[in-house]
Amino acid sequence: MNKKIQFTLNGQSISREVPVHRLLLDLLRDEIGMTGTKEGCGTGDCGACTVYLNGKPVNSCLVLSGELDGAEIVSIEGLKIGPELHPIQKTFLQDGGAQCGYCTPGMLMMAKALLDENHDPSEEDIRYALSGNLCRCTGYAKIIEAVQDAAAMLRSKNVQ
Amino acid sequence: MKRTEPFDFYQPATLQEASRLLKENGPGGRFLAGGTDLVIALKEKGLLPKYVVDLKKVPGLAGIRENTDGSITIGALTTMREIEISPLVVQKYPFLAQSAAEVGSIQIRNRATVGGNMANATPSADTAPALIALNAAAKIVGLSGARTVALEEFFKAPGQTVMSADEILTEVTIPKTGPRLVGEYIKFSPREMMDLAYVGVAVVYNLGDKVKKCDGVRIVLGAVAPTPIRAKRAEAALEGQTLTEALAEKAGAIAAEESKPISDVRSSAEYRRAMVEAMTKRAVLNAAAGPATAWVERRDRRY
Repeated sequence: MNKKIQFTLNGQSISREVPVHRLLLDLLRDEIGMTGTKEGCGTGDCGACTVYLNGKPVNSCLVLSGELDGAEIVSIEGLKIGPELHPIQKTFLQDGGAQCGYCTPGMLMMAKALLDENHDPSEEDIRYALSGNLCRCTGYAKIIEAVQDAAAMLRSKNVQ
Repeated sequence: MKRTEPFDFYQPATLQEASRLLKENGPGGRFLAGGTDLVIALKEKGLLPKYVVDLKKVPGLAGIRENTDGSITIGALTTMREIEISPLVVQKYPFLAQSAAEVGSIQIRNRATVGGNMANATPSADTAPALIALNAAAKIVGLSGARTVALEEFFKAPGQTVMSADEILTEVTIPKTGPRLVGEYIKFSPREMMDLAYVGVAVVYNLGDKVKKCDGVRIVLGAVAPTPIRAKRAEAALEGQTLTEALAEKAGAIAAEESKPISDVRSSAEYRRAMVEAMTKRAVLNAAAGPATAWVERRDRRY
């Protein structure tokens, strides 16, 4: 069964007919051609496919397209601020927060969700927020460092 | 990962319409709330529904409210994350907030709903023991009208509830509790929230001000029987007694006898029973020690 849906993706309005059972993850990657969002486990355990659905981070591998009429979606492609990388993207680059890079889009989305609420997260806060994002290169130390540095960057910007 | 087969999809605007869709379309239909169980079943367990009825366009099914009689109602479409961070729940029933926080990652909890956690009827459902311990009631609406069922009576078997195909769980209500109520939920799982509970234990009781006398004791076990169960003999051992470590230990031993665990990939029945004993004791003592002030402290507390 197909359904005509209208939603916004990274601020842009999109209207198209989609099979209702198509996963949001596949809609983004295969139909819209935005391949930044990755599929890891496909069962909501690894967080690689994290996007924002109506402002909240969710696993796009568990969302059906039929649910998306009227939805507001932000994918990793929508993270940068105008032409500039978001601070969390800058610090992942600067601190070496990625090895193979496959988990990185999901990590960035979840880290930004944390930083939107908390500009001064403890290491424990960061580990808690990222507990649904798996990195199989075991790069967590640098990832946590990058989130802390991004938080510091955001705090200093707020002071100015 | 496997992709799902096509199916029909409806987004009714009322409960009546939702129930009618199930009746008119016959067997093979599934209700959809947050999808964190349903979509995984489609992908991993070969579930092939003829049609899916999404309940998220029905207004009024989400949110937490305190009623004038002091009871608290949680709408079926309220997410685990909303329960976890609700100031009302955190203040009154921190162990219930914690049980919601034990369900998967934040991404999962932004989608998973309390109604889905109940209606899916997994024996390990994390919010069930705390809600049953709080004597919560489930409101069920179907074509023949509305009815209220004690949550304790709601579960029939793994994946089975008292609801008929056209019925929808709309809310759960926790009756007013006294100022001396304390409680604790412990999910025992080596991978914490990222795996199902091997054992879940919720304990609720009123704790005396001066002498530590317990009354209104309710102990509910998850993942160690086909449905969440009350450990009534363990409750009776604590009822009216002054709390001591020895007594908590005794309650744990009785609860272990009352549990009916199975062996599966996660754990042997024997291990589960031993963990019921240890976690029940710990939950009884933790409840009296008061709520932890931070997540880490809650995790690390060991009595």
